Amino acid sequence: MEIFSNILIYFVIIPVLTLAGLALTKNKGIDAIRAVAVTGATALVALAIYLVYIFLKARGLGNTDDMILQTSVTWYEPLNIKLALGVDGVSVVMILLSAFIVFAGVFASWKMDPLPKQFFLWFFLLSTGVFGFFISVDLFTMFMFYEVALIPMYLLIGVWGSGNKNYSAMKLTLMLMGGSAFLMLGIIGIYFHSAPEGQPLTMNLLEIAKNDAIPHNWQMYLFPLTFVGFGVLGAMFPFHTWSPDGHASAPTAVSMLHAGVLMKLGGYGCFRIAIFLMPFAAQQLGWIFLTLTGISIVYGAFSACVQTDLKYINAYSSVSHCGMVLFAILMFNHTAMTGAVLQMLSHGLMTALFFALIGMIYGRTHTRDIREMGGLMHIMPYLGVGYVIAGFASLGLPGLSGFVAEMTIFVGSFEHQDMFRRVLTIAATTSIVITAVYILRVVGKLLYGAVQNEHHRSLTDADATERISTATLIICVAIIGCFPNFFINIIRDSFDPVVKALTSVM
Amino acid sequence: MEILNSTIYVLAIPLFMFLFLGLVGTKMPRKITGVIGVLGMAVTTVLAYAIAFTYFFGEGPQKIDGVYQQLVPTDWTWLSFYADKLVVRLGVLLDPISAMMLVVICTVSFMVHLYSLGYMSDHDGNPEKGFQRYYADLALFTFSMLGLVVSTNIFQMFIFFEMVGVSSYLLIGFYYGLQPANHASKKAFIVTRLADLFFLIGILILSYYTKTFDFINIMGKNGGEVMNAFTSAQGLTFMGCSVTGWALTFIFIGGAGKSAMYPLHIWLPDAMEGPTPVSALIHAATMVVAGVFLVARMFPLYVLEQGAMDIICVVGAFTAFYAAAIACTQSDIKRALAFSTISQIAFMMTSLAVSSADGALIGGHEAGLGYMASMFHLFTHAMFKALLFLCAGAIIHAVHSNENSKMHGLHKFMPITSIAFLIGCLAIAGIPPFAGFFSKDEILVACYEKGLGWGLWMSMVAGMTAFYMFRIYYLIFFWKKHEVHGEHAPKDQPWTMTVPLIVLALISCVAGFVPFGDLVTWNGQALETHMNWPVAGASVAIALVGIGLATVMYRKENPLPDKLATMFKGLWTASYKRFYMDELYQFITHKIIFQGISKPIAWFDRTIIDGFFNLLGNVTNSASWGIRKMQSGSVQGYVSYYIIGAMLLAAITGVVVLCI
Repeated sequence: MEIFSNILIYFVIIPVLTLAGLALTKNKGIDAIRAVAVTGATALVALAIYLVYIFLKARGLGNTDDMILQTSVTWYEPLNIKLALGVDGVSVVMILLSAFIVFAGVFASWKMDPLPKQFFLWFFLLSTGVFGFFISVDLFTMFMFYEVALIPMYLLIGVWGSGNKNYSAMKLTLMLMGGSAFLMLGIIGIYFHSAPEGQPLTMNLLEIAKNDAIPHNWQMYLFPLTFVGFGVLGAMFPFHTWSPDGHASAPTAVSMLHAGVLMKLGGYGCFRIAIFLMPFAAQQLGWIFLTLTGISIVYGAFSACVQTDLKYINAYSSVSHCGMVLFAILMFNHTAMTGAVLQMLSHGLMTALFFALIGMIYGRTHTRDIREMGGLMHIMPYLGVGYVIAGFASLGLPGLSGFVAEMTIFVGSFEHQDMFRRVLTIAATTSIVITAVYILRVVGKLLYGAVQNEHHRSLTDADATERISTATLIICVAIIGCFPNFFINIIRDSFDPVVKALTSVM
Repeated sequence: MEILNSTIYVLAIPLFMFLFLGLVGTKMPRKITGVIGVLGMAVTTVLAYAIAFTYFFGEGPQKIDGVYQQLVPTDWTWLSFYADKLVVRLGVLLDPISAMMLVVICTVSFMVHLYSLGYMSDHDGNPEKGFQRYYADLALFTFSMLGLVVSTNIFQMFIFFEMVGVSSYLLIGFYYGLQPANHASKKAFIVTRLADLFFLIGILILSYYTKTFDFINIMGKNGGEVMNAFTSAQGLTFMGCSVTGWALTFIFIGGAGKSAMYPLHIWLPDAMEGPTPVSALIHAATMVVAGVFLVARMFPLYVLEQGAMDIICVVGAFTAFYAAAIACTQSDIKRALAFSTISQIAFMMTSLAVSSADGALIGGHEAGLGYMASMFHLFTHAMFKALLFLCAGAIIHAVHSNENSKMHGLHKFMPITSIAFLIGCLAIAGIPPFAGFFSKDEILVACYEKGLGWGLWMSMVAGMTAFYMFRIYYLIFFWKKHEVHGEHAPKDQPWTMTVPLIVLALISCVAGFVPFGDLVTWNGQALETHMNWPVAGASVAIALVGIGLATVMYRKENPLPDKLATMFKGLWTASYKRFYMDELYQFITHKIIFQGISKPIAWFDRTIIDGFFNLLGNVTNSASWGIRKMQSGSVQGYVSYYIIGAMLLAAITGVVVLCI
């Protein structure tokens, strides 16, 4: 079949094959389960790197299509639903990010207990959804993969979680499903206005954008629906409260994947569907969401300052950092939007790193309360240094990814002619100080000082698999921080169509 | 010039040392790590000297018709924000001040590397555990500081501002097991981060209006364009002041944070919790002058904004006095030296701000004198302040305490240290022929040219400087006979620690004779400097008065200081408590930010917003429980629902029909 000649489809096929492989293993055969999981994850990383190579080669050869590697197969004739694939720079780096996080996540859940086989099954089902979402350009398939990615979350938290896991799993799933409901309404609305009178309706993003047929008054309803639908997943104020509880209860690898990749679906969707297809409403209503995301940035940072649970701190920090993603997307210019994608990469990697380290620390001390720990640097220097590096990335130290992303966002946002947006940008920049406050507070409390609990003295430092998991992420964070232009070159041109659409309705 | 093109290696070697020592060094024996660190730094220093020497005295493109040019031997596009419009480059810029800074940084850093071999070898008698980490961090700091001074554009400068901030954080918190070090490192980072926030906003404003980051290279080939963009932006106003004035003031605040200008100085005294060699390198000689360097770099823009210059001038003059007043009462010798540093940096800042740049002759002196004096003082101060700190380190190492009450009468026990410290004191007090005399004299001349009031004010502070330095000196080395505690009497330290003292003492003796006016000026042209005898004479006289006063009060044990302290109790306590600035900050951070903002926000989030969503869930849940009871399975119940429903429907239909 034609579709199998497209490399993109293998991003879905590999996780599915891994699922099949896992299904064949025995419940007790932990080595076989690990082998299958590692093979699947490694294959994904290799394929993602190969995709970057193909993408750069195509662009180097002068291919200036909005999307490359496009394939479309009809799936359901009556509604004109297709399995349409295609990627641009943004999706390529998102796929790369997801692959690395899945890889690190597998190593972080090496000693998963109980039911390791079932855990990895759900884990890879979630990955299938994530990759499927990023390679699709058809609204229906995007939505489908989106749901595939969300549902396993409920079981992963409910079964393998800790603490008040039933409540958290239910809350997270219901809130995200609430978002999906808005989103579905939005997508159906878009579908019925996807083409001018007399032409067949379509679900294909690119065709809808080209037709530009959604009436302005409809855009005013559909834009908020889709933006809020994705915004819930992107932890936009005031729809972020699933995040602290959800992360606190989730097992390590799930937190990593969730904060690292799943929350990115929100930002990606806002950009790809809400703004790209409804530029008029985006221009008209942008200020409302800009205010909300501006609040997210500062509000999340302040909330993080007084938390005592390590995971709550990172969950609120994610609210702040993800707020910055949506904030930058709403600035509607190349620089800020590029910054938003860099921030997605940066936040994905460093939050995954944070959650991995927190999981490792929790696995040893059996507490996440910073008041009960202290001086861990003396006992587990590797994890301690890793935590400090993650902290530095989060507070924006040059040479690590956070700095590049935040600076691109600030410079881009400040470029905007509108005074309101520039003032808001200045307000958002204050987060760099507040971030420093809460990061250094945790580092000082958790790692420095005297050893607080004498029982902790017998604990061990990271073992080999834990080192692989964290080192992978640290290296990625440093690469983005040191060579940002490589990524910017991939991402930048992808914003041409959307910026053009936005300026045409000014 | 081949050698000038290799400036990038001055940065590359310390960076490599950082990575090497940080990743591999921990696996190696401590001695070897230390020696590798020192050797790496030695190579860097030699290279830096060669570059600076070639730049100032060699033949080549850097000096055309006797005017020093700006050279950019390395330039690399690091981050292009969009297309080629707004680009961040990383590169190397060589001009008189960066060449001078290379020398300053490498000299002090090398001395500190060598000194630390002895100082850091043990910690209260036990082998120091973090020895390798210490050398790695030192290398990281050296790299960052060198990167800062060779920045080709303001964004690169911001990047390295952050980097030196982090290395300073790591080194202040070197003894991370101790709570004071932990707090001090956090405080230093957050206060300077706050300042950097303003720096960033300043950059955003300035780059928005001028569409470039290359403000530093304004003397170079694109200088004209940038200048035009800048002057056209000057016409725009925001809240009554020009936007460029706002931007430059914000940028100055960034510099003020690093250079510990009032009221952002509070982190520096606490930073003394770090190892003493670190205090010598970072918190006395190099990083703390980053703010001065920043203003000097952007001097051609600052002179166009008199408003911003006036702010700098007032802040500088006030800080100089304020810090000197505090230094007079501190009992911890490192803290006293720290306040002395703040005061001296304020001298440099003021000197920059009183400088003007137009070509006219003012009072027999050319414009740009303040600029030259400031850089000159930066150079000499780095040498003698590093010397003073390293002496303090040797003393602390010998008596295991920072308090001067544990010292007294050390002159007999540590003669070399004592003489070195005396040289440092004479230099900072401004006694000829030591280094400080020449540079401070130029500063005072520049201040008198700005106005008599400025000159008198700064002369007074210079007198206070002489007083408090000799107060420290006498309290350490004289006052009364030393009481030996424990088994060992204090003595001079091993050669690794003594050699740097001697070298720096020699430099402090001769550095004043460097013809700075010919080498380092704001526009590269040589500046005629004359000894201004009235000013020089007066400042020496004032210094001698200060020293005399200190001799009377502190040379031998006597009740006079206590008597004065009780007489002016309020003033003395206020000064000892550093005018309660720390308490004020404590109040703002804890009471206002934590209790007043963060706590309520967190409460609001958990109770109101989350409460709303929980309510939504609970209402749905209880509604379902309510409806569930109707599915009772009893036929009577269903029939009654049926009848009630039917009647209701009939009633509604009836009403509707009647209405229509």
